Amino acid sequence: MSDSVLFDVPGPRAKRLSRIISIVAIVLVAAGLAWLITSLAAPRTTAAGAVQVGMFDASRWDIFLDVQVWRALGRGTLATLQMAGLGAVLALIIGILFSFGRTARSRWIRLPSTVVLEFLRGMPVLLMMLFVLLVFASGPYWAGVSALALYNGAIIGEILRAGIKSLPKGQGEAGLAIGLTPVATRMMIEFPQAFRQMLPIIIAQLVVLLKDTALAYIVSYPELLRVGVNNLSNFYGNRYFFSLFFVVLAIYLLLNLTLSFVARLVARRTGRKVVTDLKIPRRGIFAGTGTTP
Amino acid sequence: MDAVTENLPVFIDGFLRTLSLLGIAGPGAFVIGTIVAAMRISPVAAFRSISTVYTELVRNTPLTLLLFGCAFVLPYLGVRLDFYVLAVIGLTVYTSPFVAEAIRSGVNGVALGQAEAARSLGLGFGQTLRFIVLPQAIRMVIPPLINVFIALTKNTSVAGGFFVIELFAAARTVIQFRGDAVIAILLGVAFFYLIVTIPLGIIAGRIEKKVAVLR
Repeated sequence: MSDSVLFDVPGPRAKRLSRIISIVAIVLVAAGLAWLITSLAAPRTTAAGAVQVGMFDASRWDIFLDVQVWRALGRGTLATLQMAGLGAVLALIIGILFSFGRTARSRWIRLPSTVVLEFLRGMPVLLMMLFVLLVFASGPYWAGVSALALYNGAIIGEILRAGIKSLPKGQGEAGLAIGLTPVATRMMIEFPQAFRQMLPIIIAQLVVLLKDTALAYIVSYPELLRVGVNNLSNFYGNRYFFSLFFVVLAIYLLLNLTLSFVARLVARRTGRKVVTDLKIPRRGIFAGTGTTP
Repeated sequence: MDAVTENLPVFIDGFLRTLSLLGIAGPGAFVIGTIVAAMRISPVAAFRSISTVYTELVRNTPLTLLLFGCAFVLPYLGVRLDFYVLAVIGLTVYTSPFVAEAIRSGVNGVALGQAEAARSLGLGFGQTLRFIVLPQAIRMVIPPLINVFIALTKNTSVAGGFFVIELFAAARTVIQFRGDAVIAILLGVAFFYLIVTIPLGIIAGRIEKKVAVLR
């Protein structure tokens, strides 16, 4: 709903007030950031009385001139992406199976898959990782991949089921009417449409999966966080701890924001009709207010 | 099975820790999230952009990284706090943008015509929100909000990786001396998580169905 419907078009006074509040807010935020940066940059004294240089001192950042550091970060990123990639593929497969199981006509398939799905959805991914790691002695990579695949598979299964349910009933009926078997109807008629419709949400879930690969840090998989912060700061010295954390955080944000951006792009392309239907009249009526997002 | 019953006090302690993480971080995230959501739909441009940047940055940071930052980087920078408090801060910050998005989507979900009708009846901004938009929005916000809290319940387990002895960490310590009963211990812990998450999920589903009929 457009927020500009909620109040009158702002007049000169309201506009001025809004501008003043904006400026004050921006100044406050900028002051907070400036305080943060200066206090990080200031030299600090340890409890023992030794003085350390500030966080932005060159001696805390010079390792990034070393190619080996970037190679190690690259290895960590690759390990993270490997886990996310395989996890995503398996999660999609498991999700498809779950969506079929949950919508099956036979109760003997539907009920067990519902129980398993609820179980998987209600459990922390980390606990699943630990379970696979200890019970199957699989090593941290497979523990991470299978836990991520199972958990996100359950979620994707629910997403796909909702997609199938939201289709017009006539789609399935038409498939049956032209003589397709129920399975063929599902595979050839309903599922492709549901998948297309739900693609943005599925990609959003894959962003979650990518983010959750960081959980494998706790089961000591050498992913970006472990390689980038723990291993490198052990090797090069503790004074790089903050800089390394900062860089690893930046890499994670870059990866996730890129994928989120793709998700939004896909959402705009598949949902174009809905979006323009909502947006165009709003733009027209409230073009002058500047409050439309 | 005896590994679970023998160490039940450890698990109960851990479970209470988990609940207290949920009980503090949940309301905290709700308060911050509501403020962020309000900023996101406010007429002041700067509020909108600040809250958008905050939401995007925090939502795209892995929770592990955030808690790692709270548990290691903040102390490294000289913040002296208990690991429990640091974990609560991390979980609160991490959950707040999800709360904000749930609330915002609820307000956005109220049909445009509702507010237009209220305005055309002559209701003011406050009246429109109080009598027309918010009563409908709150009903629609509750199911996604419950889902956020379910996710938070599960996310508290990550704090167990950073020196907070909650349920997940309790499982790990028990496993260290009862390695023979790993499956029973982990299933026991899973049970504790499920008795929080599954009822919440059922409540969310119920409310969702009710709302769907009403609309």
